[in-house]
Amino acid sequence: MKYQSQKIAYVYFTGAMILFAAQVTFGLLAGYIYVAPNTLSELLPFNIIRMIHTNALIVWLLLGFFGAAYYLIPEEAEREIESTKLAYIQFAILFLGAAAAVVGYVFRVHGGREFLEQPTWIKLGIVVAALIFLYNVTMTVLKGRKTAITNVLLLGLWGIALFFLFALWDPQNLVVDKIFWWYVVHIWVEGVWELVMASILAFLMLKMTGVDREVVEKWLYAIVALALFSGLLGTGHHYYWIGTPAYWQWIGSIFSSLEILPFFAMVLFTFAMVWKRKREHPNNAALLWSLGCAVLAFFGAGVWGFLHTLHFVNYYSHGTQVTAAHGHLAFFGAYVALNLAMITYAMPHLKGREPYNQVLNMISFWLMSSGMAFMTFTLTFAGVIQTHMQRVKGENFMDVQDELGLFYDMRLLAGVIVVIGAFIFLYSVFVPRSSEVIAKSKVAPAE
Amino acid sequence: MWDALTKSAARNIFYGGSAFFLVVFVGLSVHSCNYALTTSTDAKGMTAEVIHGKEIWEKHSCINCHTILGEGAYFAPELGNVWKRYGGVKDPQGARETIKAFIKSQPSGAEGRRQMPNFKLTDKELDDLVSFFEWVSRIDTQNWPPNDAG
Repeated sequence: MKYQSQKIAYVYFTGAMILFAAQVTFGLLAGYIYVAPNTLSELLPFNIIRMIHTNALIVWLLLGFFGAAYYLIPEEAEREIESTKLAYIQFAILFLGAAAAVVGYVFRVHGGREFLEQPTWIKLGIVVAALIFLYNVTMTVLKGRKTAITNVLLLGLWGIALFFLFALWDPQNLVVDKIFWWYVVHIWVEGVWELVMASILAFLMLKMTGVDREVVEKWLYAIVALALFSGLLGTGHHYYWIGTPAYWQWIGSIFSSLEILPFFAMVLFTFAMVWKRKREHPNNAALLWSLGCAVLAFFGAGVWGFLHTLHFVNYYSHGTQVTAAHGHLAFFGAYVALNLAMITYAMPHLKGREPYNQVLNMISFWLMSSGMAFMTFTLTFAGVIQTHMQRVKGENFMDVQDELGLFYDMRLLAGVIVVIGAFIFLYSVFVPRSSEVIAKSKVAPAE
Repeated sequence: MWDALTKSAARNIFYGGSAFFLVVFVGLSVHSCNYALTTSTDAKGMTAEVIHGKEIWEKHSCINCHTILGEGAYFAPELGNVWKRYGGVKDPQGARETIKAFIKSQPSGAEGRRQMPNFKLTDKELDDLVSFFEWVSRIDTQNWPPNDAG
């Protein structure tokens, strides 16, 4: 750690990991309710549990992004963060807001737009925190060295804040409501978040492989160009059946099919950089998470997204378990793995020690990734059967669901494996050991 | 070709292209918004009851179990066409009473069956919620869903 203010990231990563634990625990509970539907049905109904599962995910991913920004911006800009105090105030607002939201949800204090259920006063708190954050990091970058990595990262972070403003507006007309709801949801995960993802991956590759900055940054611009060229009009794949014009069926099919390209480019980029590496970085676990992130994002967001994005396919599969399958692997691959890569990379520096618990960390990678892949397969099969029985044969929703029990049993098993992996990850990151489980031969030190 | 592309050229393509696609996207979504208000939805039929019905739909976070026009939680049935599924086109009064009775009868408490909470809605709230479903069922959704099962 070269700059004292990078230490801010530790608080953000810790907050993110607390919410990560909550997210997977509530996810497990939701998976259990699919198998045993009477569980907690009056005390804590499914809608509240799912709300906590999805909201905790979104907030912890954002906390991870903020932490990553506070960690990498000083190194890129070659100066301390503008104000350490503001960064901690921003964290307090976000974390207390998240805690208040969760407690509120349990007592049925919530809004009713999916993923944006936070009460208005919490949304306003988020806006204030975002303004503090943008001021803090933008000033740091403006007064320091400007690199492609900080340019793209800042553009992504400004985009996140700007498009969040649509969350404050709830139109009375359901169709208009949906059109602009996607301005937050799609433009985030299939737009500006990809800028954040690509720039963090570029930073990790730069540090861990030692490949020239010029090469890394050219890749970065090419990847984010592909992301926005496909992703902006790719929003059209959500505008097929919600009362919007028919032209979206063509625009959405064509552009969202191209959304696989930036993810494929990220696979090529990370593997090419590792092949061309000029140093052997001691943090193998961080490298595994980085490569795993690119590959799993390609399958989850890219391949599983393409699976049901063409309008004549989506006509039958829209709103079935196929969507749930895609959602899980896409979020895990693109954004969960990205944050865990960054945390795995940064923690040894933040704690001023050698990378430790690498074997445990890598075990957690394989547990979480294989569990999530298996979950995706079970939900995909459930979704295909649901699509056939319900959408083609026209059978009643609940009758079809009763036929899918076996898949939900196996999904629960997959969920258990993911949760075990998640807690092993937390242990490997936060609990120090005196020596590595499997000692490695001495290698040259790197950044 | 890759070698001929310089970093600054890649940067310019990114900024220029993204600005172009953003303008096209915003333009088309403004057009879609206008289309929704004039063509695909019954904007005039959006009575105080329908608006209140949407508020009740949101207050109880129905979307975190159900779907509406295919968006939501996939745990419980699609409600965009629930009005049609319950025969509201031919027998509006019958469909209204049946939907209200179903909501009031929950939770069923049946073992091994997904449970819907009882939100203790008043008769007026139930009526407005059903009016909202009726209004939604008239949205021109390009013939989605494929059948009444939703």
